[in-house]
Parts: sequence; C-alpha cells; structure tokens
Amino acid sequence: MSDNVPNQGRAERPVGHLLDAAVLGEAIAAEASTGAEFVLEAVDMHKRYGRTEVLRGVSFGIHRGDVKAMLGPSGSGKSTLLRCLALLEPVDSGEVRLDGRRLGVRDGQAGRVVSLAERTLAHQRSEIGMVFQRFNLFPHLTALGNVMLGLTEVRGRSRDEAREIAEAMLDRVGLAARRDFYPGELSGGQQQRVAIARALVMNPKVMLFDEPTSALDPELVGEVLAVMEELAREGMTMVVVTHEIGFARRVAGRVLMMDGGEIIEDAPPEEFFGNPQHERTRRFIEAVD
Amino acid sequence: MNFDPSVFFNALTSPTFIQGAEITIALTVVSMAFGLALGLVIALMRSHPWGWLRWLAWAYIWIFRAIPTLLQLFFVWNALPQLFPVLRGEWFSPFLAAAVALSFNEAAYAAEILRAGLLSVDEGQRLAARALGLSPAKVFTKVVAPQLVRVAIPPLANDFITMLKITSLASVISLQELLARTQSAVSVTFQFAEYYAAAAVYYLVIVSVLMLIQSRIERRFEWTSQRTGGRTVIGRVRQLAPMR
Repeated sequence: MSDNVPNQGRAERPVGHLLDAAVLGEAIAAEASTGAEFVLEAVDMHKRYGRTEVLRGVSFGIHRGDVKAMLGPSGSGKSTLLRCLALLEPVDSGEVRLDGRRLGVRDGQAGRVVSLAERTLAHQRSEIGMVFQRFNLFPHLTALGNVMLGLTEVRGRSRDEAREIAEAMLDRVGLAARRDFYPGELSGGQQQRVAIARALVMNPKVMLFDEPTSALDPELVGEVLAVMEELAREGMTMVVVTHEIGFARRVAGRVLMMDGGEIIEDAPPEEFFGNPQHERTRRFIEAVD
Repeated sequence: MNFDPSVFFNALTSPTFIQGAEITIALTVVSMAFGLALGLVIALMRSHPWGWLRWLAWAYIWIFRAIPTLLQLFFVWNALPQLFPVLRGEWFSPFLAAAVALSFNEAAYAAEILRAGLLSVDEGQRLAARALGLSPAKVFTKVVAPQLVRVAIPPLANDFITMLKITSLASVISLQELLARTQSAVSVTFQFAEYYAAAAVYYLVIVSVLMLIQSRIERRFEWTSQRTGGRTVIGRVRQLAPMR
C-alpha cells in the first residue's frame, strides 16, 4: 500500500479481502459481467432547486471495475450528482442507467416519463452502495447492527445469517474488535469503515463515495483510504467525490472536474494533473494541492 | 394534632380506594395509549407535503390545546349525547366519555412532542436508510422511530404524570376514580386529613412507579456498550440496590 497511508498502530487488523463471495454467500455483483458497455451511466442529467440549476447536462459512463474521482469546488453540484445517481433525488431530465437499465422511472402515457413508486425505488437503490461525508451511521445500533440492518430488512436474510456476514465484513475492514460498539463510541475513521462495510454487505454493483474523508481528522484519513484502495484493487466500480488529490492520482482511472453543474474535464490522472485543458481545473489543482 | 392513623391506614387498604386507584390507572393508560397513537398521526400530518393535511393538524392542535380540559370533559359527557342520540345509551359510560375526552386532549400535546422528536432526527439518517434500500415504512420504524422515541421519552413521561392527575377531573362527570371516592368518603366522616393523605399516598406511589419505568426505558435508549446506568439519580440508586 502507499507510503502516505499511516500505520494505525492499534490492535486492529489490516484490511482483508473485501469482495469475497464466501462472505456474502452469493456471487459478487460488482464482478458480474453484463452486455452493457457501462456499469453506471449518467445521460444528460439536469437538476434544479428553485431557480438554481445545480446539474446542467451531466453525462458520463463508467466501465466495470473502474474508479472515477470527481473534483470540484463546493457548490459545483458533485454531491447532488451523487444523490441523483443513488436515486435519493429525482432528476428533472436525463437518465441514470445501471447495466444499461434505466433507473428510477418508467414510461408513462403519451411518451411521458413517470417516477417509480418509492418502494420500487428502494429496491433499485439497494444495488448501489453509498458512503456519506458524515458517515450517517445509525446511532441506536451497534457497528454490527448497522451492518446487519440492510441484510435483514432489505435482503430478507435471517438474523443469524446476517450476523455471520456482518461479522465477517467488519473483520475485513479491520473492526472485528469493535463490532459491539455504538457509533458514538467509535472514531471517525472507524465509523466510516463501518459505513463502507454497511454498504458492501448489500453486494452493490457500484459504490458512490461523497467526500468520504472530508469530515475526518487528518490522522484518520489513511485508514479509510486504505479500505477504498483495497476495494478498487479488487475490482469494485467506484465514483469518488474527493479532495484527496493523492488518492485520485494513485487509484482513479479517470479524474473528473465539475464546475457550475457541468463536467468540464474528464481525463486520466496523468493528463488531468499534468496538463489540464481547462483554466478552472488548473486553478483548482493549484489551490488544493 | 388530630390525625387518626387507624382511619388513614383503613382508608389506604380499603377496597374503595384500591378500586378507585385501579380506575385512575386504567383511565391514564387508555387515554395515553390512544392519545399517543392519534398524536403520532397528527405529528406526521404536520410535516406532510400536502398543505391541507398540515393545516388540519395545525387546527386540531390549536383547538384541543386552547379549550380547557374540564370543558372538553363536559362537552363529551353532556353535549355529545344531545347532538348524537346514539350516545344516549347505557354503554356510553363516564369512563368511556372521560377516555375519549382525555385521549383527544392528550393527542394535541403528544403531537407536538413527537413533532419535536421527528425534527431532532438528522436528515442524513433518512438519507442513509433510503440509500440502503429500506422501504419508507422501514425507514420510519427501524431508523427514525428509535431516535425519535429517545428524545420524546422525558416530555412524554411528563405528560403521563400530568395525565394521571388530570384523570381526577373526571370525578365531575361522576366517574368513581380515586379522587371521587376520596371526596365521598370525606363527605361522610369529615376526616379530611386522613382521607386526603391516603389519596396522596396512592398518587405518590403510582407516580414513583411511572418514574421507575421511565428510567428503565431511558436506560434502554442510552446506546452505549458500557452498561453503567449511573447517569440519573434513579440510575445511581439502582446501582446501589439493583432490582432484577
């Protein structure tokens, strides 16, 4: 692993094999090959809040196993884009496609597009993993309870099965010893790793990360990035909104720059950081690097 | 001083008082249960996207908090049977009338407590629950409700205790609860101190039990892996004398 991942020096085990079919008891969805060119695709997505146009025609596709890092100033629409991709907010126009299948909507009468019922949406959401900036762990459940909830309530697994899977996954993110702790008793880095485990046990096809290390103390960033790097190495398809330039350089296949609700740069890291095409990108890299 | 302990202890252990206390407790529990259920519906209506539902909930809270509880009791017991002949039957008992009036009254207060609880749950919690793929009903029952309850327990316990005492108002519509029985005993013997003291002891004991239950529930909502339970006074007492 990279040199700027600090050694945690605690009684925690290092990151283990994360996408393990033996843990989930089923084939890893992120590895399943389908006919579609892109695992996740955004097609001309538009979104406005009142008068503010937050997304102004965002399009991109991401191949299976690829990692896209997304940079951009705050207010550029990155978080909104992720929420729309995770089906947490409806787009005004445009499409989200998972394995070539249009999500969130169906064809209505007279060529109109109708939003799906919340229950149907819920099922589609469970195929997309989401990790939040502020972790959003459920404070009334232990680390184990947090990881189990989706398994028992969405996947319909028995409590015993769910416990087994959740314990194994917590072990793989190095938190076996912390499973009975409540979120309030865990460090930020530990909480975020629980949040990643909570998303991973759902066997998602893609993982979306919304500034996963921005709320962390600097010395805790490394342990979360270590899990994400391992996940990328094992072939998870990932979209990562981040300010961690180092992570984007090392791990991302392509780096995107968002500004004013549009993607203004989309290039491999060497090109993105070495020879950015857009003036805004150049200034942004100088500011955060 | 003229206080006859034997009269006091006789009153304390008399079937009249025990039955009165039973009615008081039953009315409290029934009114709180229905009040809470209706209050939850109203609280959810208050934050509903549909404007007319929000307005309806607001109007409900406005009316039932503005009108004195005693007036509401009289209205249900005296006015409603005039308006609706169905209610003139024998089955429309003082207990039923009191339960109806107190439930509707409590719902207005419970709605505001539960609304505060709903507002206290971080928006990120719903977001994370939805992102996991939980259905709307499960987002509420598995994620929002437990966090709402924790915030709502202390004010709801307050309401519970207030309700216990408000049930004494039902003595005016001839419900034979604890206070009504005390009054009729006093009107025969004129031994005010002894009978009032006995009634006070009943209320004290019932409220004490309610407070114990409250502290037990609060402990369940502490969300810590260390079960010390030493945060409240009662918690500390329980540590000294554990009850199991």
